[in-house]
Amino acid sequence: MSPTTIPEEEYAHPGSTGCPGCGANLVMRYLLKGLGDRTIITIPACCWAVMPGYWPSHCLKIPMVYCAFEATGASLSGIRAALDVRGEEDVTVVGFAGDGGTVDIGLQALSGAAERQTDAIYVMYDNEAYMNTGIQRSGSTPWGAWTTTTPVKDAKGFKREPKKDIMGIMAAHDVPYAATVSVGHPEDFVKKIRKAKEVKGFRFIHAYSPCPPGWRMNPMKTIEVAKLAVDSRIFPLYEIVDGDLTITRKGKGVPVSDYLSIQGRFSHLSDEDVADIQRGVDQAYAELEKRAVPKK
Amino acid sequence: MRKVMTGNYASAYGAKVSRAEVIAAYPITPQTSIVEKLAEFVAAGEMKAKFIPVESEHSAMAACVSASIAGARTYTATSSHGLTLMHEVLMWASGARLPIVMTNVSRAMAPPWSVWADHMDSVAQRDTGWMQFFCESNQEVLDTIIMAYKICESEHVMLPAMIIEDAFILSHTSEPVDVPDQDMVDSFLPEYDPAVKLEVGNPMGFGSLVRPDQYMEFRYKAMKAMESARERIASVEDEFRRTFGRSYGGLLDEYRCEDAEVVLIVAGSAAGTTREVVDSMRDRGIRVGLARLRALRPFPQEELRALANRVRGIAVLDRSYTFGAAGAFYTETCGSLYPQAKRPFVKNYIAGLGGRDITPGIIEGIFSDMIDATDRGEVAGPEWVDVAGLERRWR
Repeated sequence: MSPTTIPEEEYAHPGSTGCPGCGANLVMRYLLKGLGDRTIITIPACCWAVMPGYWPSHCLKIPMVYCAFEATGASLSGIRAALDVRGEEDVTVVGFAGDGGTVDIGLQALSGAAERQTDAIYVMYDNEAYMNTGIQRSGSTPWGAWTTTTPVKDAKGFKREPKKDIMGIMAAHDVPYAATVSVGHPEDFVKKIRKAKEVKGFRFIHAYSPCPPGWRMNPMKTIEVAKLAVDSRIFPLYEIVDGDLTITRKGKGVPVSDYLSIQGRFSHLSDEDVADIQRGVDQAYAELEKRAVPKK
Repeated sequence: MRKVMTGNYASAYGAKVSRAEVIAAYPITPQTSIVEKLAEFVAAGEMKAKFIPVESEHSAMAACVSASIAGARTYTATSSHGLTLMHEVLMWASGARLPIVMTNVSRAMAPPWSVWADHMDSVAQRDTGWMQFFCESNQEVLDTIIMAYKICESEHVMLPAMIIEDAFILSHTSEPVDVPDQDMVDSFLPEYDPAVKLEVGNPMGFGSLVRPDQYMEFRYKAMKAMESARERIASVEDEFRRTFGRSYGGLLDEYRCEDAEVVLIVAGSAAGTTREVVDSMRDRGIRVGLARLRALRPFPQEELRALANRVRGIAVLDRSYTFGAAGAFYTETCGSLYPQAKRPFVKNYIAGLGGRDITPGIIEGIFSDMIDATDRGEVAGPEWVDVAGLERRWR
């Protein structure tokens, strides 16, 4: 077995209040391993607004400031400006928001910060619903999923709208660096964070973050489901550098049913529904491959 | 340096000589020329500041909040709908105890659309924990911004402040304004260097979750801070007067109130008109005075109580209205006076909404009506003045 490329240094103390099997805990840990301690993080309302612990406890080894739910992009610009005034251009500024805080309520401020080319990294940890408030649908909840606000009353009572394509939205902003990462693939994750750190301008990271309670799944399955998301090509791993898209890990192409069947939130789906999802995933992946530039 | 300038340029020069370091702003009528001027200053290198062209007022205040936590002196400006969009983040600013200074060009709220003077936007932010200073002249706008930074950044205060100019009446009207020398401002207002700030190597969480057994203490401290601001406002204004030769009367600016029988409480630009009317009525032997409400927060409770002991009647002019109650200045005044034994008659007059002129005729009409009501001992109200279909149409 080859030695890991992931730094052993931890930038989070034990004691986060995350649930057992929380993917967002791993997202934070891998992110900070990639960035190091000359980092300041801003966090809006989301699971991580409570996970660092009650005041005066603070489980991170870097400074953190909370911001309003919809304001992560603006908070990034403010911190960056103040650090630049202070001559601390080398400090990495990170926004760390959930999917609801990014694709829904925070989309305007995110778009503003990207358009202003604020020199910062925005990380969206995607657990595909409003999990901190108790599993309500977000614009990032996939088609077919149960949530408390998309209750399964009949065969078609689940979420009927597709997941918002946040990577497409960010690519349309011409950001210099955007990448998807997954807690199932930590080496790829940390490598991309290190790469993002060296880029100047607005960078976007879409982090796949399983949520056992919200996904109605055994907490032991966090890594398994994350790997299946990549292997089934539901969550492909890729990066876009100055407009050039590269798929960084080709999934094995396992059937989406392998991924869906271990999560209770999809248990109501019929065979036809699963076949529909499979067709959609195949089509989206084919389109992604078309956009990808060949690896040199 | 003496220049002829609008209230908006006075705001921009106020931020410039105060050496604001981070400015995040979004344009709205009639505030626009403030941010245009500041953008010019920054682009020309006349201000060593970062200008963040945000995509909304909510983001303007959110950027100021985070920049201020990171240790920068911050400034923004807005008006009406922009201010009300900021409402949530105004509470972040005061809750986080940040000395942000902002100009609000006070303008009416829609619908129906109106871009003209009205205090509803500012009054609606009364409970956000910001100090609010209403200005009468462009010079006062500039001077109050300088003073506000010194007040807000005081160790025992650490709260934000809103400087209020009436839309168009101040924002777009030119007056001679003295822009103080930079070195004099620098010695009056030292660099902002907060005891605690967001910085690498110091891993703290700002704004963390607190339990019910901790929350009230944070609010109690903010309350004490706002109370201690009263003294600080007075001492800073005193120092400003000694340094620059100008002062504005503290929280409640009294004009010819010494032997007045009836006084009018008014905020903002209408105070200038009221001074003229007071002089004119005094010339005719009518003992009236002006009590200009300079601060809505902290509210001049003690000053009003002292005034109430000397007068028979107090008229309160509100340029906004709280539906289902009365004008906010009126209810605040009554609330302040109730605890004391001697309470004069107090009557509420509503005028000048949506930029309608508050003329000398209206002010004199209010004084005459108040004297009459006081003599008769009957004060009904609130009285809406100069509204089509109503009998009070003093012009």
